[in-house]
Amino acid sequence: MNITNKTSDLTISCETGNYHTMCPISCVSWLYQTIAGSFFLVIGTKTCGYFLQNALGVMIFSSPRYAMAELEEADISSQLNDFKELKRIMSQIKSDRNPSVIVCILTCTPEIIKMDLEGMAPLLEAELNVPIVVARANGLDSAFTQGEDVVLAAMVGHCGQAAQGSTPSALPKPGVRPSAEPQPEGNSEVKSLVLFGSLPSSLANQLEGELKRQGVNVKGWLPSARYSDLPLLGENVYVCGVNPYLSRTATALIRRGHCKYTASPFPIGPDGTTAWITSICKTFGIVPTGLIEREAKIWESLRPSMDLLKGKTVFFMGDNLLEISLARFLVRCGAVVLEVGIPYLDRRYQSAELALLEQTCKDMGVPLPRIIEKPDNYFQTIRIKELLPDLVITGLAHANPLEARGITTKWSIEFTFAQIHGYSNSAALLELLTRPLRRNNNLNVSQGSLKQQNYVPG
Amino acid sequence: MKLAYWMYAGPAHIGTLRVTSSFKNVHAIMHGPIGDSFFPVLSSMLSRSRDFAPVTTSILDRHVLARGSQEKVIENLRRKEKEEHPDLIVLTPTCTSSILQEDLQNFVIAAKQHIVQNDLSSECDVLFIDSNHYRLNEHQAADLALEQIVRHYLEKAKKEDTGKSMRSPQPSCNILGMFTLGFHSQHDLRELKNLLNDLGVEVNQVIPEGGSVTAIKNLRNAWFNIVPFRDAGLMTAVYLAKEFNMPYTTITPIGLIDTAAFAREISLICRSAVASDSALLKSTTGFSPLILNQEGLEKYIEKQTSFVSQAAWFNRSVDSNNLTGKRVFVFGSASHSASITKLLVREMGVHVVCAGTFQKHDADWFTHQVSGFCNKILITDDHSQVADVIANLEVDAIFGTQSERHVGKRLNLPCGVISAPVHIQNYPMGFKPFLGYEGANQIADLIYNSFALGMEEHMLDMFKGHDTAEITSRSYSSDASSTKLEWTKEALAELSKIPGFVRSKVKRNTEKYAQTKQINLITLEVIYDAKEAVS
Ligand code: SF4
Repeated sequence: MNITNKTSDLTISCETGNYHTMCPISCVSWLYQTIAGSFFLVIGTKTCGYFLQNALGVMIFSSPRYAMAELEEADISSQLNDFKELKRIMSQIKSDRNPSVIVCILTCTPEIIKMDLEGMAPLLEAELNVPIVVARANGLDSAFTQGEDVVLAAMVGHCGQAAQGSTPSALPKPGVRPSAEPQPEGNSEVKSLVLFGSLPSSLANQLEGELKRQGVNVKGWLPSARYSDLPLLGENVYVCGVNPYLSRTATALIRRGHCKYTASPFPIGPDGTTAWITSICKTFGIVPTGLIEREAKIWESLRPSMDLLKGKTVFFMGDNLLEISLARFLVRCGAVVLEVGIPYLDRRYQSAELALLEQTCKDMGVPLPRIIEKPDNYFQTIRIKELLPDLVITGLAHANPLEARGITTKWSIEFTFAQIHGYSNSAALLELLTRPLRRNNNLNVSQGSLKQQNYVPG
Repeated sequence: MKLAYWMYAGPAHIGTLRVTSSFKNVHAIMHGPIGDSFFPVLSSMLSRSRDFAPVTTSILDRHVLARGSQEKVIENLRRKEKEEHPDLIVLTPTCTSSILQEDLQNFVIAAKQHIVQNDLSSECDVLFIDSNHYRLNEHQAADLALEQIVRHYLEKAKKEDTGKSMRSPQPSCNILGMFTLGFHSQHDLRELKNLLNDLGVEVNQVIPEGGSVTAIKNLRNAWFNIVPFRDAGLMTAVYLAKEFNMPYTTITPIGLIDTAAFAREISLICRSAVASDSALLKSTTGFSPLILNQEGLEKYIEKQTSFVSQAAWFNRSVDSNNLTGKRVFVFGSASHSASITKLLVREMGVHVVCAGTFQKHDADWFTHQVSGFCNKILITDDHSQVADVIANLEVDAIFGTQSERHVGKRLNLPCGVISAPVHIQNYPMGFKPFLGYEGANQIADLIYNSFALGMEEHMLDMFKGHDTAEITSRSYSSDASSTKLEWTKEALAELSKIPGFVRSKVKRNTEKYAQTKQINLITLEVIYDAKEAVS
């Protein structure tokens, strides 16, 4: 089922979807850190709790602002009243932590037993006097980083409207609190920019700084560093994403927030960063200055690491939706990307990124990678065995077994936790990508004896 | 609904998968949502397995929810049979799929029929292992899964009339319940085999670790069974005892006293087997393994205890005088916590103020084991309750799981890890058993080091040993440079966010950069520019 549209030579096919990825509820680990004072309550079973505990390791012991509301047998058989139970648990959280917002993550089991938390939320908000965001992030519908997408999309409903100002909830919404700076309400000509995607504050500052140099001021972020600072949305608000996995959020911002969306490649790698700044400037009618020199300087500093990648073949098994952007950056660095596995590809949201990938391949004179949505890990290991790529970017489930078969791997999860955005992180990103290659060069142990002779995929 | 931050035991399917993936050539298909495919990560990262975990997910998504999963599950079973030719495929639900109440048992039957129809030579078995996710935890499910697999193969053998019980001519045993991701279990298995070898007991089979399901029918050739830990294997031992009259021991050979007790118990089992079975009497005449020779066994134990193992002497040496009367808290799985408690009290003279376990289902056994050895018994799976108890007890050291280690850090108490659940550092590469005579040495080291480190801290504090005064002279700015650099408030805030160990480097680099650019006021932009310039 190859889908080829006229404007593109990229082939995108679809496999069985039997691949390893992290559960989307893992997003709580980075989101609670971005939104100060928030509390994430994951409503689910022991399976969810066990996953979080093991995936997040020691973080769990540093009194994180997230917890499980673990469903018991009586909850499943509806012997217990969901509303009462949730109220009890949330009151406890409120008295222990006094959070500025409680984000409830509804996992698979509440989804199947059709727990109606959206219906209960206004009542709970009123009784507890804490805003409640309900996000259905679970393994039935999404993969890994898409968890953030679901949460941010749910938060769109909690942003105030720049023009109207009033919101249906009883609680004061962030945008209309009295202390908010006066909005240029009457002046409908003023365009403002809101960026979406969760980044550590220093990284957000850096990106804001880049835009400021071009004369574009960022009006707000989704998520904001504080719940009470959620951005105001509306007709004259232009939104742009910083991460490739935020298509639901983009849709929610357009449909529910009535914002205008700026399609752009993502600011990953110097090429992506330039393209991203350029797209935003274009929206605001600004001609960007100094970017070409800036980018050239960064490439120059990356040259030694890029030499390591020259002509190397790379294979993405796919698990976190950053794959297209990373592949595009790698091709620009001189690598040949054979396959890009990706859990889900929103062709509209990623259109500019896909176009840049195609253009980059043409510029570099390398063949286009094949893109596989919902890959099948078993089939992929067979292809890896045939192609013997120089580098496989994959999740932790496959990394060690592939290494044992003599295939060099880079574990993909690191890209979601490391700082990889903007010009100034390009070197760090390239460092991550080339680290396994450098380790191979450094190891004196005869690799041959470590390899298993017969490559048996499975 | 329960508010939970951390748990000691995982969900049921993890236990099942630990058992199936420990066998050779057994593949598990888990029926659940894609996020539940986490087990292979544990297998690959914690036990650093070189092989792909023999587990696939038959993925439950919206589509499947709407249409039912029969077709997909059967297709996945057939596919795995073709791809990997396993001896056995196990289908198991996760908590999400188990509430759908689909007839998975029937899917298995259908898949099996299909496999047989299409490939008469296929030896592949298909088994459905159900475990109630709301009633069983990881360990109970593992115990149950192992019993179900063993039962399946023994009943099959009975029907086919293969694998008749032929007790081996010499004393032999099965080791039940050693499996992947167990606490130090690889090391324990090796040490246990060493011990049995010394005693003259052959190991007939180890299951599930490294075992083959096709050999299960020969389990009955052993004289008796060993269940080293109560986490798994007990149900199987009970089944084998009932069905085939095989005796078993559940003594955990941790510490010198219990290792001796273990050896004496299996000696008794073997000697009574010989006494009651004339065939065995004949086959063992002229051959005298220690296990059948009471006097020799006692000499062996004496020699091991006094000379080979260093633990007993160590506990007598003046070095360990200061352990006397030290107050400790012990917590972990039932087997480990009970064994370590007894060891601390009887062999090291340490005062166990409180001993506890999170395995609530085994509370009676645990209570029985440790009564008389500690002042207080704690049975709970709530880690915050454990932390509260520790905080109120005024102990000198903690022996527990990773959770207790973190409690220890917060309370500034030394902690030795003696039980799962654990982190990756508790899967050591060096030989570190807990069982047997070498295990006794390892435990002595662990316990002594915990106290010694605690003591060191104490001394350092007393003599103000740690130099905590901030070392400022190294920072670049205090050099006698002519320009005075100023930092804006935002820039300073940004600097404070940088992790401590690189902060001064970043500060130095930024100021160096600023000086070369002749900038006097360091703003956010300057920090980023500097970063770019050096990177
Ligand atoms: S896939 Fe569903 S049940 Fe499994 S951990 Fe994720 S949310 Fe929980």
